[in-house]
Amino acid sequence: MKKKRLVIRTVILLLLGAAVAYTLYANFSSDDIRKVAINEKAPDFVLTDMEGNKHQLSDYEGQGVFLNFWGTWCKPCEKEMPYMNNQYKQFKEQGVQVLAVNINESDFAVNKFTSRYNLDFPIVIDKGEVMEAYGIGPLPTTFLVDKDGIVIKRLESGMTEAMIKGYMEEIKP
Amino acid sequence: MKEVICECGHHNPHGTVLCESCGKVLIEKDKDKKLLDMRYEGSARRSQTYNKTIIDKIWNFFSSVKVGVWLIVITLIASALGTIFPQEMYIPPVMPASEYYEDQYGWLGQLYYTLGFHNLYSSWWYLLLIASIGISIIIASLDRGIPLYRSLKTQRVTRHEGFLKRQRLFSVSEAGSEDQTFESVKEKLKAKRYRIREEDGNILAEKGRFSRWGPYVNHVGLIIFLIGGMLRFVPGMYVDEILWVREGETKVIPETDGQYYLENHEFILETYDKENSKEEFAAAIDDKGMVAKNFQSDVTLYKTKGETVHGETPQLEKVRDDSIRVNHPLKFEDLALYQVDYKLDELNQMTFALSNKETNEEYGDLTIDLYDPKDTYDLGNGYQVEIVSYFPDFEFDENSEPITKSRIPNNPAFVFKMFTPDKPEGEVSFVAIQQTIEPFTDNEYKMSFKAVETKDVTALTVRKDLTLWVLALGGFIFMIGVAQGSYWNHRRIWLRKVDGEVWMAGHTNKNWHGLKRDIASVIDGTDLNEPADQLDKKE
Amino acid sequence: MDLVSLSGNLLFIAFLLYLVGTVFFAGSIKDKRAKEREKGTGPNKWAKTGIAITIAGFISQLGYFILRWIAAGHAPVSNLFEFTTFFGMSLVGAFIVIYFIYKTAVLGLFTLPIAMLLIGYAAMFPRDIAPLVPSLQSHWLHIHVTTAAMGQAILAISFAAGLLYLVKVIDHTKKSKESFWLEAVMFGLVCTLGFIFISTGFSASGYKADFSWVDKNNVESIAEYQLPPLVGPNQGESLTEGAMEPLVEMPGIINAKKLNTVIWSIMAGIVLYLLLRLILRKRISAALQPLTTKVNADLVDEIGYRSVLIGFPVFTLGALVFAMIWAQIAWTRFWGWDPKEVWALITFLFYAAYLHLRLSKGWHGKKSAWLGVIGFIIIMFNLIVVNLVIAGLHSYAGS
Repeated sequence: MKKKRLVIRTVILLLLGAAVAYTLYANFSSDDIRKVAINEKAPDFVLTDMEGNKHQLSDYEGQGVFLNFWGTWCKPCEKEMPYMNNQYKQFKEQGVQVLAVNINESDFAVNKFTSRYNLDFPIVIDKGEVMEAYGIGPLPTTFLVDKDGIVIKRLESGMTEAMIKGYMEEIKP
Repeated sequence: MKEVICECGHHNPHGTVLCESCGKVLIEKDKDKKLLDMRYEGSARRSQTYNKTIIDKIWNFFSSVKVGVWLIVITLIASALGTIFPQEMYIPPVMPASEYYEDQYGWLGQLYYTLGFHNLYSSWWYLLLIASIGISIIIASLDRGIPLYRSLKTQRVTRHEGFLKRQRLFSVSEAGSEDQTFESVKEKLKAKRYRIREEDGNILAEKGRFSRWGPYVNHVGLIIFLIGGMLRFVPGMYVDEILWVREGETKVIPETDGQYYLENHEFILETYDKENSKEEFAAAIDDKGMVAKNFQSDVTLYKTKGETVHGETPQLEKVRDDSIRVNHPLKFEDLALYQVDYKLDELNQMTFALSNKETNEEYGDLTIDLYDPKDTYDLGNGYQVEIVSYFPDFEFDENSEPITKSRIPNNPAFVFKMFTPDKPEGEVSFVAIQQTIEPFTDNEYKMSFKAVETKDVTALTVRKDLTLWVLALGGFIFMIGVAQGSYWNHRRIWLRKVDGEVWMAGHTNKNWHGLKRDIASVIDGTDLNEPADQLDKKE
Repeated sequence: MDLVSLSGNLLFIAFLLYLVGTVFFAGSIKDKRAKEREKGTGPNKWAKTGIAITIAGFISQLGYFILRWIAAGHAPVSNLFEFTTFFGMSLVGAFIVIYFIYKTAVLGLFTLPIAMLLIGYAAMFPRDIAPLVPSLQSHWLHIHVTTAAMGQAILAISFAAGLLYLVKVIDHTKKSKESFWLEAVMFGLVCTLGFIFISTGFSASGYKADFSWVDKNNVESIAEYQLPPLVGPNQGESLTEGAMEPLVEMPGIINAKKLNTVIWSIMAGIVLYLLLRLILRKRISAALQPLTTKVNADLVDEIGYRSVLIGFPVFTLGALVFAMIWAQIAWTRFWGWDPKEVWALITFLFYAAYLHLRLSKGWHGKKSAWLGVIGFIIIMFNLIVVNLVIAGLHSYAGS
């Protein structure tokens, strides 16, 4: 009798405690819930670059993809673009692809920007849909996608050339 | 623990105050009392009987009504504190919260911010308070509801003399023609919708017992409501996004996985003026000036056809046209789009004319789409304008270099190169709103501003809230329980023959006035004495 | 006569009828003392006339409400004036219902003056019929606001009953905390009266003084004073010739105009109170006590409790349930921790605590009566301070 009561009480209290703990945890980690989760498949997309070539993410399986979201008005983006270009030249042969997704700007703005910095990697313009699918907040945001199409890192700040080099090493197949 | 066996033969759980069956006082110290404490029918509240292990102690803590009331009071005070200054979500986005509170409210504001009161309602301790109330509700209800149910189920018709005597309404009458009296009383009680039980010629009339379950029903409702509140934090249950759409633009609706698109045809802002409104409003309109009448977005909702990869231009199928207004959201699937904000007259196109500075002669117009400018605009006859640079949201940076703050044309500026037959190498001119800079030479030609075209932008909140049904259910059950417990009451009248006397007692959980009236009318015309209110006698 | 002024007149008539009704209820007590011994209990002629007049007043106010509704095209509950008068009307309505259950005339003596204070207070705010802004254009405006006001009004009966109970049972001959605080409540009521007198007096004389001033954000604006400026706004410059100079200038963070009104109300309250003390030669509550001697304290206690029981579900339905439904439709979320919402929750929690204390802790009598008084103070705080000081989404354009 007494034992049964103790067991019932313990179970009820544990259940309630767990519910409260979960709620508190979920409340304070809600900022971290992202659309694109680490270690999961990167959402596929297809966008057209400035030369009119289509780039579909799934076509790059087997290669690491350095997926960078940027805008011409964004200072840290502007700063890291030449570094990315340098490293792209090094890693292109080793199977690392750079895709720079511009956020809904005009062809004019993007073309002026690329010709100013002589960028070699493909630059695609997104009208907002891919950005929505990836849940992009601040720019620049970079995703490291490995050879199997899995997101291994999400980076939300400007990068130095050394950092870029390191990241490209990580996703090299 | 031993059971308590009453002289009537009923086995009561340990800790019982009044025998569940006959109502005899079982606790020695209560035997001297003039009136019984009838709360919970004197049943054994479990919490108060076992206090051994830590689990029991926690259990008893939450089971206590005193603790419950304290939790309510603390929550009440905490909630009030949060309204002293606005919460962070309501402060204007002019500066970060860390500066805002001090700037606006001085050291008190600073203190408010430091204590975290600017986000009080989502602070861990506030959530913990609410959660504690929830736990307290569950445990206190379990601890009281179950024994109460047992008692009311087990209660006998013939109650112990000590029980009857100690009821608030009690009378003793000489037994005369009691059978006749009892019949008449029974008839009248039935007419008043009392349920009558008889046993050995004694009567128990009872009415509205279900109102005793009111508190437990409303507590269940509250718990469901709180569970609904918890579900908010489960991924996928709740969406809160904002969608800005320009007139003429079609945009993907967030959180639909690229399935739905929305086209904004027109944003409409109407205000009241004296011509278009009732004359009764004239004074108020004079007094207040502009009063908004309507915010509306005329939109078309589309769904994509077939499978598309993100970024691919989708095939859109029209779902329906709609006008989204305040109080009239557009609903589809689990989502609703609400009119929440707008921006009027955003720049969209600008028209310039290439003209001669001296003579003002014009050589043709060019219209620039501010979201998609072209490299060159050929005006014919050897006149041509090239855009060298474009700054949609222009300002000078710290090095006095022109830069753009964003991609939105809030303050567009251009560097034009103007080619004319007599200046084939071109003249460069920097043109921003209301200013022109000629960096190299005195130009012969200029870009003269002709016109702008603007568009309104509407802001819609994209909302999904799958917890609403749970909350609604909880609220509904709560209201039922509250009404049940408040608008009905549980009345009981006992009649017992004791040694040639008729003992009559009455009890109700509230509204004694009503019970007294019931009894008075029931015994009207009989020789029973009207029960006296023993609470009055005490004074 | 057009609808609007007709409706205004009906409201005025209602106010006068409540006043006359109060006099009759007061008379019923005196009468009762003389006759009760011979004729037994039950309402006497005075009380019957009192309730008849009260009902007439209620009908007249209902007429105001309906006519104004027709004139505006929406229920007149959309600004502070309209809401507060409706609150007063609901209070009278709740009293009428309670009267017919319990037949206690003395309760009228306490309830009607409170209703009159509410209506008088309401009349100090702009009375223009204003068109509805988009968020208010919904049937939920009628449903939510009226239900909430009715709930509050029924709850307010427990305040009247509590006051009556305390006046009766507290020993006014001795100095005690409770007699002090009861008198403080009375003083608060007198200050409301003072506010009404002062505002009416100065507006009848057409007093006006404008100031240009600078607020805490360094924005310049104009403050229109309807009362002589005892405290002036930050860097205030008088724009009205011949207006008195403020005695003290307030910093930018404080709304000097509202503070000025508060100071005037308290001053008028003090003058009125002292006047009353001079006439009565004792404390107000002590002076009222003889009127309550015949009242059955237990019955009053029960009335207070029952009005909470009846009012609590209505309040919850109106101020929380309907409020949430409408907020979900108009503001995209059912709950947003807006000050008004929070104070509705506080009111809910308070009365929940009241019920628990009464049911489980046995708080009857004085304790319960005090809780009824505090509950009403919370309701008034939500009506006045939250609307006028802690501005949020609900802030009516009060001044």
